[in-house]
Amino acid sequence: MNRFDYVRPATVPEAVAAASAPGAAFLAAGTNLLDLMKGGVARPSRLIDLGRLPGLDEIESLPDGGVRIGALVRNADLAHHPEFARRFPAVAEALLSGASPQLRNAATVGGNLLQRTRCAYFYDTASACNKRAPGSGCDARGGENRLHAVLGWSEHCIATHPSDFCVPLAALDAAVEIEGAAGRREVPLEAFHRLPGDAPERESVLAPGELITAVRLPGEAAEFAAHARYVKLRERTSYAFAVVSAAAALRLDGERIAEARIALGGVALKPWRARAAEAALAGARPGADAFRRAAEAALADAKPSGDNGFKIELARRIVVRALTLAAAGTPGRVPALPASPFAPTSGAAPHA
Amino acid sequence: MSLSITLTINGAERTVALDDPRVTLLDLLRERLDLTGTKKGCDRGQCGACTVLIDGRRVNACLALAVSHDGADILTIEGLARGGELHPVQAAFIAHDGFQCGFCTLGQIMSAVGLIAEGQAGDDPERVREGMSGNLCRCGAYAGITEAVLDAQRVLNEAGREQAA
Repeated sequence: MNRFDYVRPATVPEAVAAASAPGAAFLAAGTNLLDLMKGGVARPSRLIDLGRLPGLDEIESLPDGGVRIGALVRNADLAHHPEFARRFPAVAEALLSGASPQLRNAATVGGNLLQRTRCAYFYDTASACNKRAPGSGCDARGGENRLHAVLGWSEHCIATHPSDFCVPLAALDAAVEIEGAAGRREVPLEAFHRLPGDAPERESVLAPGELITAVRLPGEAAEFAAHARYVKLRERTSYAFAVVSAAAALRLDGERIAEARIALGGVALKPWRARAAEAALAGARPGADAFRRAAEAALADAKPSGDNGFKIELARRIVVRALTLAAAGTPGRVPALPASPFAPTSGAAPHA
Repeated sequence: MSLSITLTINGAERTVALDDPRVTLLDLLRERLDLTGTKKGCDRGQCGACTVLIDGRRVNACLALAVSHDGADILTIEGLARGGELHPVQAAFIAHDGFQCGFCTLGQIMSAVGLIAEGQAGDDPERVREGMSGNLCRCGAYAGITEAVLDAQRVLNEAGREQAA
């Protein structure tokens, strides 16, 4: 790990001011940043420890029925917050399918959004990586890339964004509150992460020194609570990143779908909102045919970036599974294996 | 800047002068305070061998900067037994063969103490396995570990009920 100056600001404006220096990085729990620093992948010259900033660790109900989640709220505290889990069950399930209990006890909401890709070539400082060293190339192209992106990738970068939490957030129209030297602003979560294009080193819309202070869910997101699930296929039962995941949320009107929300994880460098799939379901009767049509629409633009063509059909099937489970109804309690395709399906077909 | 920090470790207050902000809580415990019960496995948050409780919550000590935790209450495996009497989780790991080589065991035990305190798993073995998934055991003692956690939880819950009565 490189040497760094350690700064512990007492207020958000102090933190933002301290972060204006080149080479500065914010430190929340550090569950991703310290790992990257140990590997020499991240080498900040100044760490700004946000741990003592007041007021960023609250979960507040909003007048519109939505919720404002402070950037320093721990993943476990949010997932186990009874009111939050009841109103936004797919978000709680996604949180509980991520990382390990120890990491969820430490890792924060803001840090989850800003976690870096787990592409092995990004982590290996001996490999070419346009994200870590702009202009150096991409060794994932032509390398071991069966888990890489199938949507939104470019010749410069085929990495994926690893967050589970962000997938239902994208589906449910979450917004990110940001504070910087120029003041406060907010950005839809769907527009927060950038696709790689020709500048994969630019990962989000944050300007240097800008700080995430909160994530907000609108009241209408809670209208999906009765039919909202997250499904995540992993290479082992638990404690692994998604090969492919999907959040599905339905608002039913009698026997028809009034509104559907769908987003995918593990397929692109950002949580992937599937609006065409949502449109395909509006007014439809829930069922295998409609769900398969939605899945086809969700992956219509997908193409392999290497040995990962299998992920496209896998993603379609995970979308169908997530929609099937959502239609069956949100369980009263998050399953023993959150988001797992191996969890009992309570009447839903185990294989899509 | 001064990097002197004060921690309560296993009930005793310790003030430590840090010469470098890079010191993790794990390295502080092992290298500077001679509390080597907490193990360094992967040192990258993947194996759980360094699990300790910070303010009552289980975390990976390898991914925590010591300086960030000034003022915290830390519980390590050395602080679990009461005199010569093993903690119920420790006793259950012996009774149920919850280990072979023992390297991951302190992390498993500290994680189990945290899991039981969180109170989310109940008596469902699947929820216990999922709740212990942050602790790897290369010997594969998982069956005994799950039994030990369930058994220790029963003992601790009964003790809690007796205290409340």
